[in-house]
Amino acid sequence: MASHEAIGGELSQVGQSAWGGGVAPFATGSKKLGMWLFILSDAITFSALIMAYSYVRVANPQWPTPFEFYPGIVKATVMTLILLTSSVTMVMAVRASKLDRRASAVKWLVATMVAGLAFVVIHATEWAGLIGEGVRLFKNPWGAPLFGAAFFTLTGLHMTHVFCGVCYLAVVAVLTAKGRLTSEDVEVSGLYWHFVDLVWMFIFPLVYIMSVKMG
Amino acid sequence: MDSASEHKHADTGVKIVMVVWFWLLALTAVEIFLGYKAFEVNVMIVLLMGLSVVKASLIIAYFMHLRYEKPSMAATLMPALVMVIILMFMIFPDSFRLLAMRPH
Repeated sequence: MASHEAIGGELSQVGQSAWGGGVAPFATGSKKLGMWLFILSDAITFSALIMAYSYVRVANPQWPTPFEFYPGIVKATVMTLILLTSSVTMVMAVRASKLDRRASAVKWLVATMVAGLAFVVIHATEWAGLIGEGVRLFKNPWGAPLFGAAFFTLTGLHMTHVFCGVCYLAVVAVLTAKGRLTSEDVEVSGLYWHFVDLVWMFIFPLVYIMSVKMG
Repeated sequence: MDSASEHKHADTGVKIVMVVWFWLLALTAVEIFLGYKAFEVNVMIVLLMGLSVVKASLIIAYFMHLRYEKPSMAATLMPALVMVIILMFMIFPDSFRLLAMRPH
């Protein structure tokens, strides 16, 4: 209940029971609700891609398994670690901004951006490696020709989300430093960042772990 | 609420976040371990996606702090998402059938 007050502010006074909402049924600002609704629709987009990938993965006995322990799995694991850790730094940024420590919030936001950029860079080297081995959208040296299209579409859309997230956080960091944003704005950007992390939790096992190259 | 107790609450929050972070990493390690076991593809995908749903729920509940919002928010957002995903997966068993129908 305590954090409820901190998050909802005076709005939480509106509906005293869990369901009596009055004019603010979710006891939250419109920006936060808007971001949640965007995340809901984005989650459905990713669900469709993940479902399509799972479908072709299961239905194809000749699905390629190109990911050796090194570099493939090690790189993907490091990327997972980076993204999970960046979620923690994002939580710290939101916390700092709620406690009105602006400089500290900016520092944590920059840390989150650095992690996001590291993720994109490692991912890009991995893409380059696969392309170097001859993976194209509709052809690859190992088996089911659809592997390239499925892999690049799913991971590519996710990488775009990470990159856009870094740009978004950059704007939030600059405006926070200038004192032009409230802590709710930082929190809303955090919701987006955690969502991007969440999507990777599905992509990592589905794309990488399901395609490890057995010794 | 006075500022001292707010402070205390924020520190408990950091501790919970670190615990959740640890569990997310631990579950990732379990997934990598499972990846090197010779399961059938249909068993493997159910195991891995099941673990992923647990990880996603941890992220939604604690990092995105949906757990601390009004219950009406989760009750509005989550059933819609779950329902859409269930409807999408309605045709999924067909992939197992395709697998069995392939000439070997």
